[in-house]
Amino acid sequence: MHVSCEELDAQAKGLLKEFENVTLTPKLRSQIPMQEMPTQDPHVRVTNMQEVALGYSDSQVRLEALRCLQCKNQPCIAGCPVAIDIPGFIAAAAEGDYAKSVEIIKESSLLPSICGRVCPQESQCQKFCTVGKMHKDVDKSVSIGRIERFVADYAREHHCETVPSVAPDSGKKVAVVGSGPASISAAADLRREGHTVVMFEALHKAGGVLVYGIPEFRLPKKIVEHELDNLRAMGVEIRRNYLVGKTRKISDLMEKDGFDAVFVGSGAGLPKFLGIDGENYVGVFSANEYLTRSNLMKAYAVGESLTPLFDSRKVAVFGGGNVAMDAARTAKRLGADEVTIVYRRTEDEMPARKEEVGHAKEEGVQFLYLHAPLKITANEQGRVNGVELIRCELGESDASGRRSPVEIPGSEKLFDFDTVIVAIGNDSNPLIKATTDGIEVNRRGNFIVNEETCETTLAGVYAGGDIVLGAATVILAMGQGRKAAKAMNEYLLTK
Amino acid sequence: MNTILSKQRLSQEVFRMVIQAPEIAEARKPGQFIILQLGGDFNERIPLTIADADPVAGTITLIFQAVGETTHHLALLEEGDSIENLLGPLGKPTDIEKFGKVVCVGGGIGVAPLFPIVQGMKQMGNEVKVIMGARNESLLIMEEEMRATADEVIVVTDDGSYGRKALVTEPLKELCETWKPDCVVIIGPPIMMKFAALTTKPYGIHTIVSLNTIMIDGTGMCGGCRVSIGGKTKFVCVDGPEFDGHQVDWDNMLLRLGTYKPKEQEAHHRCHIGLDIKEGEA
Repeated sequence: MHVSCEELDAQAKGLLKEFENVTLTPKLRSQIPMQEMPTQDPHVRVTNMQEVALGYSDSQVRLEALRCLQCKNQPCIAGCPVAIDIPGFIAAAAEGDYAKSVEIIKESSLLPSICGRVCPQESQCQKFCTVGKMHKDVDKSVSIGRIERFVADYAREHHCETVPSVAPDSGKKVAVVGSGPASISAAADLRREGHTVVMFEALHKAGGVLVYGIPEFRLPKKIVEHELDNLRAMGVEIRRNYLVGKTRKISDLMEKDGFDAVFVGSGAGLPKFLGIDGENYVGVFSANEYLTRSNLMKAYAVGESLTPLFDSRKVAVFGGGNVAMDAARTAKRLGADEVTIVYRRTEDEMPARKEEVGHAKEEGVQFLYLHAPLKITANEQGRVNGVELIRCELGESDASGRRSPVEIPGSEKLFDFDTVIVAIGNDSNPLIKATTDGIEVNRRGNFIVNEETCETTLAGVYAGGDIVLGAATVILAMGQGRKAAKAMNEYLLTK
Repeated sequence: MNTILSKQRLSQEVFRMVIQAPEIAEARKPGQFIILQLGGDFNERIPLTIADADPVAGTITLIFQAVGETTHHLALLEEGDSIENLLGPLGKPTDIEKFGKVVCVGGGIGVAPLFPIVQGMKQMGNEVKVIMGARNESLLIMEEEMRATADEVIVVTDDGSYGRKALVTEPLKELCETWKPDCVVIIGPPIMMKFAALTTKPYGIHTIVSLNTIMIDGTGMCGGCRVSIGGKTKFVCVDGPEFDGHQVDWDNMLLRLGTYKPKEQEAHHRCHIGLDIKEGEA
């Protein structure tokens, strides 16, 4: 049952009165009910592109913050890839000092309004939360991400953020390749030290995967634009329509254009396909293409956008990660009658954020677990008309610790679909490697870097984010961008 | 940035624009292309081959046919206007080397991107013959430039309104038999490239085609442009645009090009307004 935001707020208001003026023992705190995230009604939201999660009300965030036990050993911090002072920012939020709360977060993370929305909290900070452990249910942990989102949104909307101060001109010049989360955080930290920072983006809009990949209904583009505006306000120059490796090579930037160092955060932009028969039929898309059409090119605005949409009735999405959820939920919004996630393992092994899986289910996306695609079939016009799937069972655990799917011979069956979206991940884009001598990559094409400094095998060239990690998360990319910037700032001192 | 320095109408629906784009001009080699987007949230990204470039003046030349909504809007821009988003040079350059005898085949607007390849092949010391074709005389472009560069130029039209009444495959077959070229380069509409490549196949002549598939980012990120080359999936934007014409799965490529056909026809009808092009001629 969908509960409206008004009702959630009213409930929270009532409870807040109860708990506000009593001395809260840990036991009492743990009895405060976990605050649900208010959302658009599923029936309404499948007809629009607006954000699904609406954010806590003031009473909800206060109440949720009161659930935090302020543990001495702070297990949540150990679960955060950038070690945010989580109890600290939650304590400030509980007192209603949201500006202070966001300042505490910003000591470690530059993009709280984005990370609050897209981080997989249940497998990071919230996984280790003592409250969750008391309830023996990670879903009952303190909703750290939702509190983070609230205070970050509050600071943005009430203009109480401070633009980081910039040191006097250092005389040094740095190129940042790409404009996604790794590059945004590297650019900010480099600019703070007074270096001239130029960010190069290949597409006509900056923001990287935050703009072309993650849909509006999960991450409103105005939030990304706001973060880029903050960079511009600090004096970072953002050059769009510039493909490093093609428009100019890294060696040209360093030898001819006077850049003293380069950070490469060009991402994992090379879609993987399964290599099965029929993958090039009309109606088979990489998730990158499907999402880029909708998000970057605004194809969902039918009649306004010149980028066309493929008319779909029955859509199969291969994969179980966040990108698969994004693609499936986008397909629903673009008018498909039926959308099915086809996943080789079970729900427990799916890497997607729990909240996204829940939202997808509410929106009517179907899940076909323990099935693997064997081939795609098409009609005489080469347009997809079906997918042959084989049933699987879970076998031994693989290197990732997940049980691997084992196909059951003889269980092949043809299913009726007219569109297939392949969302099984990305490899590293080979363009920079191919056009830069001296950069070494591993077997998967990821840049090899010094773990402490993020420096590549080419002096003065650093890298972070998916180009190093393979397809990972926004927070990890951001963490690497900051780590690289720190090392680059030290390196530039010696130049 | 990206200011249009000159604009010329080469035929009823073909335009030539010289654009200020110093970095692209400096990096560009024959065979490479750009992607442009005319600004705002709703314009599409389209790939166009770079017909020529002057690294000293910092300009590139685009020659395009006003066939879709974006190329129509582009054709309505004037000297002094600028193209908001211009990315390039993209793709791999043409493999220009000393082959000996080379035939360059251009169909329709494909003659434009063929021209720098003809120039390059000549500079490398090849003997170059050009076959250029169009549906009718009014759609023929760059004949003079070709005649000034190539050793021989054969012009054909579908309706015989100019030159020889034939498809490009006829003189191509004759040259394969009598002149025995070492390399054939073909650029034009997909269906023409398919049959021209089939023409050279029995003779085992090295045949290069330049593909122009549906594309969004042009950096290898979306995979929309993928084609099957010798049974392997390749991306036109980063692995191409040029491939061995005998290895291309033409039928699959033609099907994929038709992915959005019903919608494009609708848009095509709307977008002729303002350019004085008669319906049915474009």
